Amino acid sequence: MAKSIDVSDLNIYYGDFLAVEGVSMTIKARSVTAFIGPSGCGKSTFLRSLNRMHEVIPGARVEGKVMVDGQSLYEPSVDPVAVRRQIGMVFQRPNPFPTMSIYDNVLSGKKLNSKRMKKSESDDLVEKSLRGANLWTEVKDRLGKPGMGLSGGQQQRLCIARAIAVEPQVLLMDEPCSALDPISTSAIEDLIHELKSDYTIVIVTHNMQQAARVSDETGFFNLKATGEPGQLVEFNSTKQMFTNPDNEATEAYISGRFG
Amino acid sequence: MTDTTLTPVDETGRHSMPLQGAQLPRYAPGLAAGIAVGIAVLAVLLGGVGAVAAVMIGWVLLAVGLPAWSRAVEGPRKAADRVAGVLVWSAFALAMIPLVSLVWTVVSKGLPILSAQFFQNSMRGILGEGGGIYHAVMGTLIITALATLISVPIGVLSAIYLVEYGKGSKLARVITFLVDVMTGIPSIVAGLFAYALFVIFFGPGVRMGFGGSVALSVLMIPIVVRATEEMLKLVPDELREASYALGVPKWRTIVKVVLPTAVAGIVTGVTLAVARVAGETAPLLIIAGLTTGANFNPFSERMATLPVFIFYAITEPGIYDEEMAAYAWGAALTLVTLVMVLNVAARVIGSVFAPKTGR
Ligand SMILES: Nc1ncnc2c1ncn2[C@@H]1O[C@H](COP(=O)(O)OP(=O)(O)O)[C@@H](O)[C@H]1O
Ligand SMILES: [Mg+2]
Repeated sequence: MAKSIDVSDLNIYYGDFLAVEGVSMTIKARSVTAFIGPSGCGKSTFLRSLNRMHEVIPGARVEGKVMVDGQSLYEPSVDPVAVRRQIGMVFQRPNPFPTMSIYDNVLSGKKLNSKRMKKSESDDLVEKSLRGANLWTEVKDRLGKPGMGLSGGQQQRLCIARAIAVEPQVLLMDEPCSALDPISTSAIEDLIHELKSDYTIVIVTHNMQQAARVSDETGFFNLKATGEPGQLVEFNSTKQMFTNPDNEATEAYISGRFG
Repeated sequence: MTDTTLTPVDETGRHSMPLQGAQLPRYAPGLAAGIAVGIAVLAVLLGGVGAVAAVMIGWVLLAVGLPAWSRAVEGPRKAADRVAGVLVWSAFALAMIPLVSLVWTVVSKGLPILSAQFFQNSMRGILGEGGGIYHAVMGTLIITALATLISVPIGVLSAIYLVEYGKGSKLARVITFLVDVMTGIPSIVAGLFAYALFVIFFGPGVRMGFGGSVALSVLMIPIVVRATEEMLKLVPDELREASYALGVPKWRTIVKVVLPTAVAGIVTGVTLAVARVAGETAPLLIIAGLTTGANFNPFSERMATLPVFIFYAITEPGIYDEEMAAYAWGAALTLVTLVMVLNVAARVIGSVFAPKTGR
């Protein structure tokens, strides 16, 4: 249950402001794709356009095509709510629901949609998702406690558990480790490795070592020039990207000469 | 005073950091205040000074003496701090005077009349002794409850529109402006409005409790809208996005994520709004009127309420003016207690509903 994503000629706007221009790429199923690039070049914007979260912001819109499993996401007949059920998202800052327990947070995707489940079914789903997010052993004795009571790294893994509990095809992660300590970060990187067998994963990261460690393919975004829109400079296998990139700008960025 | 052993000079000639210094004892402000009060009392007893002058003497002594003492011992910076301290405490004491004296007056005048009978009897067929405020308490409860029933759905839904749907739209700006205007409507005008509205349907001279509820909700709706709006704005967008990203539609996100997160503040705001309108007199004077007996039907006939009862008991007591004044103070104490209970309830409710962090 993983899908590939085909993007062609995508322009992304905030009102009249063109934030990202002319992106085309193919994101492979059951692999990890990383986006790197300097701040403000449109990585988050692009990521959010992949599950129609971009249009949540007033005035935001998109031109171009995003095909998931042969279906175009931006057809008028497509329901954004249905898209988001298939393409889950983990945000930069952990954001568990403050009114819910750990247990309810994991089930929130179902509960908020008023899915009725038997107690045994939901118990199983909670355990499976928390195990999937490498959090089960740490929280199994306090599932009834508020999700906000966990540490930052645990909260982020709770958010991952919440995202995988709705069994999406694709998981988008926007700098999921940037607010976390090295140990939590490494726990999440391990998790990404495991999730790869079931999900298509797209991750934005500020940390190039992290991109090199976890991803199969990497996209480098950059601003054309200051004040110009962001664009995809190079999209390549991670190995090639970090050893022998095609583009000079990529090499400069990776070797730390700018950005 | 300067203890040189505390600030030795090192080889380079610089003083090491002095972190300690002389300090007044902790009881110094209390002692100074005690001395000031003592001198003021002596001035009254021995010098035959008036009470107002004595208070002034005591206050000046404190405001000058304590900083002076502090300056001698602690230095100028701490002395300035003492001056500020005296001023802040004086302002606080001044602000407390009306509150304390109000509570004192109401309690001391209202308490003697309170009895089980006072709450069980109405004024029906009573002249002078033996009356009670049962009818007025019931009227206030019924009219305020109906006003809450009208205002809360309208107010909360308007706020949801303003924050969740109408952001930046023209309609939202117009509504916000109207709500601002409504906030400033004098309560007598709200009463006139309700009266004019009911005259259209029931003819001139109409009196009914429900009309009072409508007038009160005109006053209450803007408060509820404002309070709810502020609370909804406090809910971080990240939570909304988290919910959308799970494939939850917008209306479910509002009902199941945004409102539960904000509910503590909303309930507190509503309770405070209720407390605010429960004591309104003018609009009820116009449309709810006054009766001597209990009327449980808000849709017909006059209905007594505490504020209106107090108003008439004082302004038109008839020949039993002493008894009526006592009833008025008893009713006033009841009303103040009711409002205070609502305020405390708002705090309790707020902390019960607040999201738990588990830390
Ligand atoms: N909500 C928004 N409204 C308007 N402009 C935005 C918004 N979010 C981001 N932008 C703009 O879009 C561009 C790309 O931002 P972003 O996607 O957040 O970059 P990155 O994630 O690569 O740091 C930036 O110029 C930023 O100012
Ligand atoms: Mg970003």
